[in-house]
Amino acid sequence: MTKSTLTRRGVIKTGAYAGAGLALPTIFTSRARAFTNAPSGNTVTFGFNVPQTGPYADEGLDELRAQELAVEHLNGMGDGGMLNTFSSKALDGTGILGKQVEYVTGDTQTKSDAARASAKAMIEKDGVVMINGGSSSGVAVAVQGLCQEAGIIFMAGLTHSNDTTGKDRKKNGFRHFFNAYMSGAALAPVLEKAYGTDRRAYHLTADYTWGYTQQESIQASTEAIGWETVNNVLTPVGAGDFSSYIAPVLNSGADVLVLNHYGGDMINSITQAVQFGLRDKQVNGKQFEIVVPLYSELMAEGAGDNIKGVYGSMNWNWQLSDPGTKAFVKSFGEKYGRPPSNSAHTCYVQTLLYADAVARAGSFDPCAVAEALEGFEFDGMGNGPVLYRAEDHQCFKDVLVMKGKDNPSTKYDILEIVEVTPVDHVTYPPDHPMFGGAEATLGQCNNGA
Amino acid sequence: MFGLSARDTRFLLIVIALTLLTPILLQPFPEGSSLAQFNAGYPDLMQKFAIFGIFAIGFNILFGLTGYLSFGHAAFLGVGSYTVVWMYKLLGYNVLPGLLLSVVISAAFALLIGFISLRRSGIYFSILTLAFAQMSYNLAYSVLTPITNGETGLQVYASDPQILAGSGAPTSPHLFGLVMRNSAQVDLGGWVFTFNVGYYFCAVMAILAFYISLRIFRSPFGMMLRAIKTNQTRMNYTGLNSRPYTLAAFVISGMYAGLAGGLLAAMDPLAGAERMQWTASGEVVLMTILGGAGTLMGPVLGAGFIKYFENIFSKINDGILHGWFAFLPDGLEDFIVACFHPFVGKGWHLTLGILFMLVVIFLPGGLVEGMQRIWRLVRRRKSGGPKRKDPEHRPTAAPHMAE
Repeated sequence: MTKSTLTRRGVIKTGAYAGAGLALPTIFTSRARAFTNAPSGNTVTFGFNVPQTGPYADEGLDELRAQELAVEHLNGMGDGGMLNTFSSKALDGTGILGKQVEYVTGDTQTKSDAARASAKAMIEKDGVVMINGGSSSGVAVAVQGLCQEAGIIFMAGLTHSNDTTGKDRKKNGFRHFFNAYMSGAALAPVLEKAYGTDRRAYHLTADYTWGYTQQESIQASTEAIGWETVNNVLTPVGAGDFSSYIAPVLNSGADVLVLNHYGGDMINSITQAVQFGLRDKQVNGKQFEIVVPLYSELMAEGAGDNIKGVYGSMNWNWQLSDPGTKAFVKSFGEKYGRPPSNSAHTCYVQTLLYADAVARAGSFDPCAVAEALEGFEFDGMGNGPVLYRAEDHQCFKDVLVMKGKDNPSTKYDILEIVEVTPVDHVTYPPDHPMFGGAEATLGQCNNGA
Repeated sequence: MFGLSARDTRFLLIVIALTLLTPILLQPFPEGSSLAQFNAGYPDLMQKFAIFGIFAIGFNILFGLTGYLSFGHAAFLGVGSYTVVWMYKLLGYNVLPGLLLSVVISAAFALLIGFISLRRSGIYFSILTLAFAQMSYNLAYSVLTPITNGETGLQVYASDPQILAGSGAPTSPHLFGLVMRNSAQVDLGGWVFTFNVGYYFCAVMAILAFYISLRIFRSPFGMMLRAIKTNQTRMNYTGLNSRPYTLAAFVISGMYAGLAGGLLAAMDPLAGAERMQWTASGEVVLMTILGGAGTLMGPVLGAGFIKYFENIFSKINDGILHGWFAFLPDGLEDFIVACFHPFVGKGWHLTLGILFMLVVIFLPGGLVEGMQRIWRLVRRRKSGGPKRKDPEHRPTAAPHMAE
């Protein structure tokens, strides 16, 4: 048995080694830098953090397509897309400030943990100056917080929760997509016209931040037109089987089912609701109806015939006829052979908006970019005139109310635009109680220096 | 030194050196070269190596020594994370109170689960632990939303009390002012090395964890655990109650997992329910088996191997593949890229699965066995032929328990 005893020399030596090891990180001075990941050389790197697996994977794939297209257009390849119709002319198709745009991709897996890990890796390893994309509000809120801490800009992708630019708003985070409040405000008048004022609604809600705020918004705006809310049941994200949640709806006395679901979850829940015969039922002497407040082309494609006649809202649709939409749909269609979804549109526009803000600010410094984006008014991006509000970094624009087409002509022609709700009807004050009230602030800009 | 034999001291010193030099060792390719893709020396990944190393070391104390295969260790990881984030919310961003409490709470939690699960052994034990972990995951996801913030994940808000945080305290995790996120970058002729405070904090924890595990392996307690793995029935027949030993091992490994979970939250102040999911429990089993269950270094190697694949291989997309094979004629290039495509990027799981199968089939002792075989091969070459010191195979003296 060998067992060495503790000697004074040994202790001192060990202490010295341990001290040296601990002090190692502090004796080197860090490289001088003005802000996090200041681009050096003739390239600049963007990070595209989208769900490539999980219930929102379809959306993520489409976002990635649009982001690749945006990078091509920024670098002067392809036909330029919306750069030709964009009201700001700071970009000329030669990259940004003379730097060619490169990008790296990450998989959020639609999990806050995984999304933050992948964003962290992109910031630390790949040196990205901006992160764009994502298809879940839980993820968007988590990644936005990380970007704020790290000192880079976050251009949110598809995130519809009020919280993203509400109680969780951040100085370094920007959202082009519309939100749950706007959906509710746009949908209520249309629902009133179609289904009357005497309805009883049953909500099935995805169990996370987006579901909560959307349910709250829809409940508030439908109750304002006289509807009654029977029940609200939370369902886990990615559940797959919703039959146990749908069966109780039949006996609840409700005559409208509101599905606050998205992506693969919405496809499953509406399909199962139709299989249970909900839409053929008469309740309280009225035809039973289903409402899906947040629509997307990809979901409609997946749900097939089940969405015929179902109302919902969208941020943008490829069937709009303004020049910006036409230019984007043309270049997207030529490259990928399909029309873009509204999540693809939002990611494409966000990438261009960021690039434009950098060009106008003349710097990649996140604080300068944020200043250039705040209060920025633009047009020609498919939504008509849009304002990036300075108080909460939310874009204000028209909202589309959609309906599942009764006689679709092609695989992509499955939704029709019922109404374009003007921006005035969906605008709210920055200190609205659903958006964190007076306490919500953007905080200080962080450039990581 | 440190109550270890000379050989173990040397081993420990090598491990310490490797851990402290990790930021340099993992950065073998100069920045800007085409191979920089494979560099792993950035803080997030290095922190993961250390943290999941701790997790796997702890798991190995249970699985490697007693042979009890727990499929629910991620539950303790999650408990540790939630504890630390709650301490941020209540007390402030200093990591110390949270980490201490995370070890204590996960120990209590492990005592409870272990007390019930250890009434069964073998597959029944595995299923019980799996059931408990999934239960915790689902509770964290739905019923316990007020405590865990559900799917969104537990985060620190500006409105939280943080009673111990002074006015000038850092606004991200720190240890008495030493901010975890801070790092120093050193530029050495094209090579960029990042020395991160958080990594060194995790590294010191990992070294401590490794040292404690080494002591357990060499102790009479460790010998008792090995005896349980060899033949528990016979131990029971000799009149020895083995359950206190298995329970102790279970609690110790639960504490390791709690510490690892706490460190995860110490590096990034957010705790999500996903880290309690069964996939996370399965991952640590894979790490331990891949590296070599029951060996000291194996689990750490396995953890590093899997995390490297997850973070580096998953980043290789078609664009990068095209870049590599650009020198080939167009048709051949597309063909080769198509061949590689399923194995990189999103398909990294496939590559890992194949490697795992190969390791389990050809190297039942894991990566450690592979290294030992190579080492023996080299030694045999040097000494010239398979000459053994003892051609008659005389029995050797059994090592003493305490060694």
